[in-house]
Amino acid sequence: MSKFRKKGDKELPAISTASLPDIVFMLLFFFMVSTTMREVTYMVDIKLPTATELSKLEKKSLVSYIYVGEPKLQYQKTFGMAPRIQLNDQFANVADIQDYIIAERESRSEAERNQMITSIKVDENTKMGIVTDIKQELRKSAALHINYSSRQRVDR
Amino acid sequence: MSRKTPEVPAASLADIAFMLLIFFLVTTTMDVDSGLERRLPQWVPPEQIDEDQQIKERNVFVVLVNRNNDLLVEGEYANIGNLREMAKEFMANPYNDETLPEKEPKEVAYFGEMMITKGVISLRNDMDTQYGTYIAVQNELVAAINELRNELSRQQFGKSYNELDMDQQNAVREVYPSRISEAEPKKVGGK
Repeated sequence: MSKFRKKGDKELPAISTASLPDIVFMLLFFFMVSTTMREVTYMVDIKLPTATELSKLEKKSLVSYIYVGEPKLQYQKTFGMAPRIQLNDQFANVADIQDYIIAERESRSEAERNQMITSIKVDENTKMGIVTDIKQELRKSAALHINYSSRQRVDR
Repeated sequence: MSRKTPEVPAASLADIAFMLLIFFLVTTTMDVDSGLERRLPQWVPPEQIDEDQQIKERNVFVVLVNRNNDLLVEGEYANIGNLREMAKEFMANPYNDETLPEKEPKEVAYFGEMMITKGVISLRNDMDTQYGTYIAVQNELVAAINELRNELSRQQFGKSYNELDMDQQNAVREVYPSRISEAEPKKVGGK
């Protein structure tokens, strides 16, 4: 007779999964708060240039985007390799920018219109010719506040 | 006679939550949009541009970027690493050099009478300049002005420019205005 009996064929108790939903919800809320929705699917390849004097785009609702870069592989058959402009979800020409800015402006409330920012996302290997054209169009449509989107430079 | 309602099974709650989680992981991005903030000049119709707007030679800091991404600063080849220092010296003109821009006295809040530079940085690029180089140059020029503002606000308020309140920032901005002008694109020859 011993005090320490062998515990025979007792089963291991199952781990309670009752708190699993709570953990997952916690993760869910974290991601909902800390991330933002994608605006569009990129149809162009963009590698942003680097800079140090960055300022953040505070209010997403005030920002309209212009993308410039080489078309992605699946579009190169129809659109070629030369850098193209993308507005919303389609390729566009320089002449379409004014209409785009007007449309963007119409969709904002009256009070927000003078605070609008245009964020220009351009691939760093693009030639300046197309960028200058875009800037001229923006000036014509009086969207003067712009932001050259770029990444933080890491100094080594 | 109240009967107990049967308990709702919560076993599938985790699955539902996972589904939502994965949905948000896929459709959202983490990165914060940031970039160089600039203001474009007002649009002037081409026929109204007066060509004879004269600015004294010493008041203009000319930066040219050519198609091979080389820099020409004030008529001499320059390296992008030196651009910031050169722009700072131009805008500050600490020893009132004859060749660097003039200054004019102006009353500024918090500072009293200050000598404000009349200098303008003029940036011109070629059609075939790479965008990356252009941004790097812009960045250096903006950095030069930011550094000057920071130095001044440390001297005056003992804080960096970003920590100042609105009025103080405006005052510092008045002393070192951000005057980076981009030349009107020139069309030489017709189509």
